[in-house]
Amino acid sequence: MLQIFQLYVFILAGFVGFIVIQRVPPLLHTPLMSATNAISGISLVGAIVAAGGRYGKLSTILGMIAVICAATNVVAGFLITDRMLAMFKGQQKGGAAPAPGQGVK
Amino acid sequence: MTAAIPTLAASMHSMAGVFAALLPQDGLSSAELGTRDLVIQATYLIAAVLFILGLRSLTRPAQARLGMQQAAFGMLFAVIGTLLNAHILTYQYIIIGLVVGAIIGYPMAMKVPMTAMPQFIAFSHAFGAIAATLVGIVEYRHSFTMGMDGMMPGMSSGVAAAIGFEVLFGALTVTGSFMAFGKLQELITGRPITFPGQNAFNITLIGVALISLGVLIYNPDTAWAFYTIVGLGFFLGVSMVLPIGGGDMPVVISLLNSYAGLAASATGFAIGNNVLIIAGALEGAGGFILSIIMSKAMNRSFANIIFGAFGSAPSSKGKDAGPAKEPKTISVEDAATQLAYAGSVVIIPGYGMAVAQAQHVCRELHELVEKHGGKVSYAIHPVAGRMPGHLNVILSEAGIDYGALLTDVEDANRVLQTADIAVIIGANDIVNPDAEDDKASPLYGMPIFRPWTSKVSFVVKRGKGTGFSGVENPLFTKDNTFMIYGDAKGVLGNLIKEIKALDEGH
Repeated sequence: MLQIFQLYVFILAGFVGFIVIQRVPPLLHTPLMSATNAISGISLVGAIVAAGGRYGKLSTILGMIAVICAATNVVAGFLITDRMLAMFKGQQKGGAAPAPGQGVK
Repeated sequence: MTAAIPTLAASMHSMAGVFAALLPQDGLSSAELGTRDLVIQATYLIAAVLFILGLRSLTRPAQARLGMQQAAFGMLFAVIGTLLNAHILTYQYIIIGLVVGAIIGYPMAMKVPMTAMPQFIAFSHAFGAIAATLVGIVEYRHSFTMGMDGMMPGMSSGVAAAIGFEVLFGALTVTGSFMAFGKLQELITGRPITFPGQNAFNITLIGVALISLGVLIYNPDTAWAFYTIVGLGFFLGVSMVLPIGGGDMPVVISLLNSYAGLAASATGFAIGNNVLIIAGALEGAGGFILSIIMSKAMNRSFANIIFGAFGSAPSSKGKDAGPAKEPKTISVEDAATQLAYAGSVVIIPGYGMAVAQAQHVCRELHELVEKHGGKVSYAIHPVAGRMPGHLNVILSEAGIDYGALLTDVEDANRVLQTADIAVIIGANDIVNPDAEDDKASPLYGMPIFRPWTSKVSFVVKRGKGTGFSGVENPLFTKDNTFMIYGDAKGVLGNLIKEIKALDEGH
């Protein structure tokens, strides 16, 4: 039963993804890829449980490596997306670019 | 979309109930656990909604930045929510991991040059996939030992299937991304590396992996099957990316994007976490859409994309050229004079421009032409650069208004028809008329720009060689095409100097 619920979620989210992402203009395809990459860094959630669950020494170490990798993925992914999006300017009136990386945790 | 959210909410709500029943009851009362679990699920729901809204904001460049910052907060919520999880007993390794990850990630993101974006994304895919694979291994080991000790019923077939897919896609993405990284960084040759029987070999490997997966689903305690899948996944990543040429990297990166998403989604299935399933599905869909767009722009078939590696770059030489015409050249002085008096100029950049780091001088030239009353726009092909949309980022980095970027091939061709001058900088295959005229050409059918419909076109090119695909380009010998040989940065710099000299001379 659980798997059926999960399949529902997967398929619906896939549809939402298709509909939303299809409308992203080619202009922003690179930020789109880094954005989806950052979002899928949500594996971090699984890594955190693996690292903190006291499943044995090896599992904890593997879990910690997973946290490091996923956290790198998340931090780097969101920051680079922000850095890129800050570069896209519609009107050249705005003077200097705002400092990249603001507001992202 | 609005219809989907209540459904998601409903299924998440019922999931929360299912979960409360699954959690261990050590110490805490079930009511307390229930509340805590609701809070956790609420943070996941917020994260999922913010992720979707963040991606939606990317449909409008003006709102994209804010939307993605909100998505980043969504991620923060999800992490905080997870830390409340009753399964977590020690925090020190988590904190070490988070701090180390942030220390690695921050400088990486702030320092990487925009030209290296494809390598960076490949690297980032690999990291996410390592996490997914390791989580899969830890989960499998955990339920395996639990099952052996009789502490918990062993793993169900459904979970085994999810974990199997997770490590297969995860491992494949890890090595595949590292190979892509190596090719893009030119640590490995960009040429396809092939050997006879490669396809049969890869298909056999996939077959063995699927059989192992079947064994694992039939009997989740079959540890050898699990580790075979992990090993084959790592191996497949290498053997599937090696035969793909550097020019096909946009498709490969998109495909790895999709695989990384599927790995994350499978992780969600394995550990029963909806936000992982949703985020993974979003990435899976995104990567899939981009792969299709890229393949259409390269005129490669759908099956060709799905199996990525099974088609290497077109290598045939097209027709045998008859008596070769020599391309005409134009002096920098003459080209500068024409640019200074042009009413409308279309610049067609290719990856060569990024390699030469010519985007900043290009903007200077752009401003100079505009000062003389000309209008400048850019025709950006979907596959120009090494990843989808790569040149848009590079030109934006140089401060070029995105309003000047024509990203639709048909639109750009309409503008080219009325343009005075088309300037092709470091591009080749995307302006090759054989794609329309010569059925024998490997490029035939690929949508291309038609710079020859402008009054004149200038081709800035390093030397007389052929492009990435090794195909001759008849554009260069057209009557209204003039070559300017040299490094893109140097040539554009000289053009600027000449136009300025022209101003002073009058």
